[in-house]
Amino acid sequence: MGEKLSFEYAPAPESRALVSIKPKYGHFIGGKFVAGSKHFPTINPATEEVLSQIALAGKNDIDAAVKAARKAYTTTWSKMSGKERGKYLFRIARIMQERSREFAVLETLDNGKPIRESRDVDVPLAAAHFFYHAGWADKLEYAGLGTTPKAHGVAGQIIPWNFPLLMLAWKVAPALAAGNTVVLKPAETTSLTALLFAEVCQQAELPAGVVNIVTGDGSTGALIVNHPGIDKIAFTGSTEVGKIIARAVAPTNKSVTLELGGKAANIIFEDAAIDESVEGIVNGIFFNQGHVCCAGSRLILQESIADEVLEKLKNRMAKIRVGDPMDKNTDLGAINSKEQLLKIRELTAVGDSEGAQRWSAPCDLPGKGFWFAPTIFTGVTQAHRIAREEIFGPVLSVLTFRTPQEGIDKANNTPFGLSAGIWSEKGSKVLWASQQLRAGVIWANTFNKFDPTSPFGGYKESGWGREGGRHGLSAYLKGVSHE
Amino acid sequence: MSNRIDVKKTYKLFINGAFPRSESGRTYEVKNAKGVFIANPCLASRKDLKDAVVAARAAQHGWNKATAYNKGQILYRLAEMLEGRRGQFVDEIVTVTGVSKAKAEKEVTDSVDRLVWYAGWSDKISSLSGALNPVAGPYYNFTIPESMGIIAAVAPEAPCLLGLIDSIAPIIVGGNTVIVLASTKAPLSAMSFAEVIATSDVPAGVINILTGKKDEITPWMASHMDIDGLDISGLGAKKHAEIKSAGSENLKRIYSFKSADPGRILAFMENKTVWHPIGL
Repeated sequence: MGEKLSFEYAPAPESRALVSIKPKYGHFIGGKFVAGSKHFPTINPATEEVLSQIALAGKNDIDAAVKAARKAYTTTWSKMSGKERGKYLFRIARIMQERSREFAVLETLDNGKPIRESRDVDVPLAAAHFFYHAGWADKLEYAGLGTTPKAHGVAGQIIPWNFPLLMLAWKVAPALAAGNTVVLKPAETTSLTALLFAEVCQQAELPAGVVNIVTGDGSTGALIVNHPGIDKIAFTGSTEVGKIIARAVAPTNKSVTLELGGKAANIIFEDAAIDESVEGIVNGIFFNQGHVCCAGSRLILQESIADEVLEKLKNRMAKIRVGDPMDKNTDLGAINSKEQLLKIRELTAVGDSEGAQRWSAPCDLPGKGFWFAPTIFTGVTQAHRIAREEIFGPVLSVLTFRTPQEGIDKANNTPFGLSAGIWSEKGSKVLWASQQLRAGVIWANTFNKFDPTSPFGGYKESGWGREGGRHGLSAYLKGVSHE
Repeated sequence: MSNRIDVKKTYKLFINGAFPRSESGRTYEVKNAKGVFIANPCLASRKDLKDAVVAARAAQHGWNKATAYNKGQILYRLAEMLEGRRGQFVDEIVTVTGVSKAKAEKEVTDSVDRLVWYAGWSDKISSLSGALNPVAGPYYNFTIPESMGIIAAVAPEAPCLLGLIDSIAPIIVGGNTVIVLASTKAPLSAMSFAEVIATSDVPAGVINILTGKKDEITPWMASHMDIDGLDISGLGAKKHAEIKSAGSENLKRIYSFKSADPGRILAFMENKTVWHPIGL
């Protein structure tokens, strides 16, 4: 038995043939694609290949989109019965399911996330969000907001690059179900699936102007936030930008929901099932390259099991397959942009200089594209920047605790409050910890689970409001200043 | 006509279950509708607000942990204590605001009844906003409203007692602790209500009452990083934008309300969703 057994995976690349990407895109306004004036490239972050040219919307484009949305709201959408509105949403859900592989491939090409995730998580969940909210459209009077809840009117929606299509679904589906029309801006680096979604709207024969998609960068987002013709702002992104938006809308009557940053604690108690916890830690921080606002980026380990967990975690991390996102075997894909990669490098360098110990899984990173190996830092204290700031990459900071209360105190020692994880086989301890943690979503003995029926959103500086479930729907209806 | 000289009350602040004067030593004059001097209540300072926040933060964990039944009984106790001192509150409202005795009596009656109404919400509010979510997988998933933390409130100028009740009760019934700024012109009912609080088993620090100037104290409330939410119902609409902007620094939840309804309680509660796998 001189030779070691080896189980290498042969590459299993998904075909690109399903998608056709145009060399250049415009905006989707009033049911039609209209040409843009300025353009910028969108690239595949795994190869740096230019995929297409995306239009940069300026003031005139936003004015046109808001006007189209207002007209659609006044003349069509607000007059249509909930029953009929719902049927359009059901149609959209079905078409997304029909074209799911196409969406998955396009998402992976533009975003860099593994095809396994776009295929099994992003796209099916996006369709599920439309299917769930479709059923709300004719039942709004039962949503607990009185007998005649009213839509806001035109919603301006700005979404991030980490789950491009899924975040679009989280925003558009409840807005339409509640009777609003929308102007949506995808993130600068990931516009393609939103533009494909515009085609879905056409196939569903959605009335012109109900959904308008404008592409661009932060300057485009600011035009939406500050546009006087918009009644409701929904934003997912960084806490820094969230605060700017909060300030911008303070003098207005705009209703706002914000889904912002996080620095989630994943607490492993000594009575946890260790192997399952290790899987949960990996899922918590390495899912979607750690580009997840609710990522379990702070591992809070009980001291008595710390060595055992870290050894198993390193063994497990060494088996994470990093590389071609289009390969169906790939676990960890490309970092979404050069800018994000530089930010991850900068913060991890701070981790080194502040005295934490870095360990990265041994793996070969492709020569082209943007890559970062799965990494953990041990010896992290609560004062370290890598324990306080969102890195938004595959980087885990490890802290330890002795008593359960100390674990909770460390977990709660953050201005964020989006999510948290608990691992313990003791029911009463799980429920105790879930009560103590100041976060909007608690995953106990699991992590990074999402569902359209399940409200998602943060405490403290992680945002305002919820998305999903009845609580999320209420954000798109008037008359409630809460939820 | 008796020659007896009245024993007048010194109106102080109510912080952490005690009645301190403002650390600043500042007071202001309260006069009745005819311009006659009534009292010199405290002009609370930024330091008084900070002290109140420290007390409110220290009290919040314990208050939140109290059972809903217990919290409901304590709110009901406030109503009992207020009912027993109706006369004093009626007199104070008449003296300060100049309204008729009948109108003052109605306000006190409404205040007692409002407290009873809020007390009953304590163990019912979660069934209004909570949910068991049917997720597409083998998970038990539920959403419950829980306390937000430390909430500051600006009570309206009038009605001075009923407005104060609406600025306190919905906030604390949700498990929060509160710092409330009383009506500037008519603060006496608020400080007498502090005496009701002090005899109602409300733990120290759960309710803190300041008197002073809205324009001075509200911006301090808005920019305080350890205050989680702010009720600006009692602040003129012109000031709302400035206060909301200042509150953005820690993304404070800032609302104003026109009525007493369960939404007023839920506004200062956070919805928490918990997932757990189901399986053998």
